[in-house]
Amino acid sequence: MSWIENRFEEGLMITSVDWAVNWARKNSLWPMTFGLACCAIEMMAVGASRYDLDRFGAGAFRATPRQSDLMIVAGTVTYKMASRVQRLYDQMPDPKYVIAMGACTVGGGPYFKYGYHVVKGVDMVVPVDVYVPGCPPRPEALIEGLMRLQDKISKQSISVGKVAQRGAAEDLANTSPFPQPALA
Amino acid sequence: MTPTQIATFLTERFGDAITASHPDDKHPRIHTTAGQWRIIAESLRHEPELSFDWLACLTAVDYVADEQLCCVYDLRSTIHNHWFAVKVIVSRAEPVMPTVSNIWPTADWHEREAFDMFGLKFTDHPDLRRILLPEDWEGFPLRKDYVFPKEYHGIPGTYDSPGLSTAAKA
Repeated sequence: MSWIENRFEEGLMITSVDWAVNWARKNSLWPMTFGLACCAIEMMAVGASRYDLDRFGAGAFRATPRQSDLMIVAGTVTYKMASRVQRLYDQMPDPKYVIAMGACTVGGGPYFKYGYHVVKGVDMVVPVDVYVPGCPPRPEALIEGLMRLQDKISKQSISVGKVAQRGAAEDLANTSPFPQPALA
Repeated sequence: MTPTQIATFLTERFGDAITASHPDDKHPRIHTTAGQWRIIAESLRHEPELSFDWLACLTAVDYVADEQLCCVYDLRSTIHNHWFAVKVIVSRAEPVMPTVSNIWPTADWHEREAFDMFGLKFTDHPDLRRILLPEDWEGFPLRKDYVFPKEYHGIPGTYDSPGLSTAAKA
């Protein structure tokens, strides 16, 4: 029996700040209402009652990037749309996360070879946290992607957080042989 | 009227302006030139026997081997319940033809799309801008000799452009 036991009232809970912050953060993701093509239909299904994204605390789709911390890029990103996607991402407050949903956003999908107008992967435009392949992905797949993002968030630390990780992404941009998207 | 009757009617009315007539084709149509198209269009729309009041489809074809571009107008009449098509053929060197957007308002955006994808210039069109692609896009994507962009505002373009080889993606 150590010296600290029996010194506090019942109901007091002790944890690390990291755990508490991450727990709050990962269970209250606020996605942006943002659909570009057919994948958005599946995303809507995920938000609706049958699959119910609210079970994971991510059901409050916000109509503005300024109130969102999760961008689900659901659908084909064209070159014309790419600058808008980048702007919306820039308008989101930190910490912010991106899920690339569907084959088009993962790597161009069916437009990879003969699509003159499609960005060959949304990671050319914004940094992506989780890739969800499929054409379109089943709702279960997007939920899986969200859970993987929650895993990723739960490994964050307030000392080496998302913002610091983006510094690492900038290092990658300087060393990678491939063109990297300009970071905000 | 049957397609044959329509083709005969137009041939009798316009003579040499009809460069070809295919009433028995599965796509019954006449061919004409840009210079004569406007007056034929007026006739198709307003002649009581024809009364083509519905421009059902406007599309374009690139006959790259023949150095020609062509605009296809599929017309229907809700009054007589008959249908017919017109192909206006122009050279690739000078793809200019008159607009019919003040005869069939449908043609307004459709001609913009044909301009966007094929570079057909419609004279006297009220607002001939690109309709789908960004305004600073180069080239006309549905032409057969179109070259895919290597990059667009810093984003790599075709799969064989630098930084985006199939090997790198695999």
